[in-house]
Amino acid sequence: MHIAEGYLPPVQAAAWFAVSAPFVVHGSRALVQQVRRDPETKLLLGAAGAFTFVLSALKIPSVTGSCSHPTGTGLGAVLFRPPVMSVLGGIVLLFQAVLLAHGGLSTLGANIFSMAIVGPWVAYAVYALIRRAGGGLDVAVFAAAALGDLATYCVTSVQLALAFPDPATGFLGALMKFGGIFALTQIPLAISEGLLSVLVVRLLTRVSGDDLRRLGVLRTPAVQA
Amino acid sequence: MKRFSRVNLLLVLAVLLLTVAPVALGLGSGQEPFTGADALAERAIVDNHPDYEPWFSPIYEPPSGEVESALFALQAALGAGFLGYYFGVARTRQRLRGSAAKPPHE
Repeated sequence: MHIAEGYLPPVQAAAWFAVSAPFVVHGSRALVQQVRRDPETKLLLGAAGAFTFVLSALKIPSVTGSCSHPTGTGLGAVLFRPPVMSVLGGIVLLFQAVLLAHGGLSTLGANIFSMAIVGPWVAYAVYALIRRAGGGLDVAVFAAAALGDLATYCVTSVQLALAFPDPATGFLGALMKFGGIFALTQIPLAISEGLLSVLVVRLLTRVSGDDLRRLGVLRTPAVQA
Repeated sequence: MKRFSRVNLLLVLAVLLLTVAPVALGLGSGQEPFTGADALAERAIVDNHPDYEPWFSPIYEPPSGEVESALFALQAALGAGFLGYYFGVARTRQRLRGSAAKPPHE
């Protein structure tokens, strides 16, 4: 989902920065508040960031015969709410743009919008809906992480189709094409990300039950073992 | 093996299967099978809009594919390292709390 450096016309690149900036500013505030309100979750916050760091570094083969990478932002969105992830995801994207020439500084706004804003919000919305409907934690986390991941790549496809409409078939034609490159490839990876997020949450309920209870992810009171 | 560990193992196996299957089934195609989707998108843009000139270039580019993959590995290692540290700390904390809460039997 990394739009390469320079591959968005200047006006659109600037527009995506303008769209993303408020989310990141609000997210930084939310992050500071979270740490101040509950300093004990600082380590878990780091772990959520680390999860994104690992997953977005892994380029994994997919059924379409190309490679792509998961985003890892769904887990953090479920644990800490989406605003916090706009900052953590943004840091990952900045790291990759500066050190790896993966993505870019000019396209950072657009990439933050897809991976660090829309992905986490979709993930959180899916999670909240399933939980409210009485769904279990595992199911909710799986669907949240998988759909958040997929949503990120759909947004990238839309961004590129807006910037580079097909000469013959226009925006829709280009959307189909970029969707074929990104969204289809992403389906098995999104499933993998969902499964891995469930794995991490299962482990967390074992060792960090108190943290999850304070964050509202676990609702049952601590069992006296 | 307890149910908890069994389910975790199944989750890991499912991810491995999803990852290995495309390669094992030989689904890669074209000149370079399993190219990155980002690179494919870049190519699609150049094909359709040959007159588009990227107006900004990366300020730093890894000098070779090897250096690039080293940096990617570093990124994954940093993340995985921190996750391992976190689970180590959390597990120890849990265990100490458990032994402090329990009345001393021994």
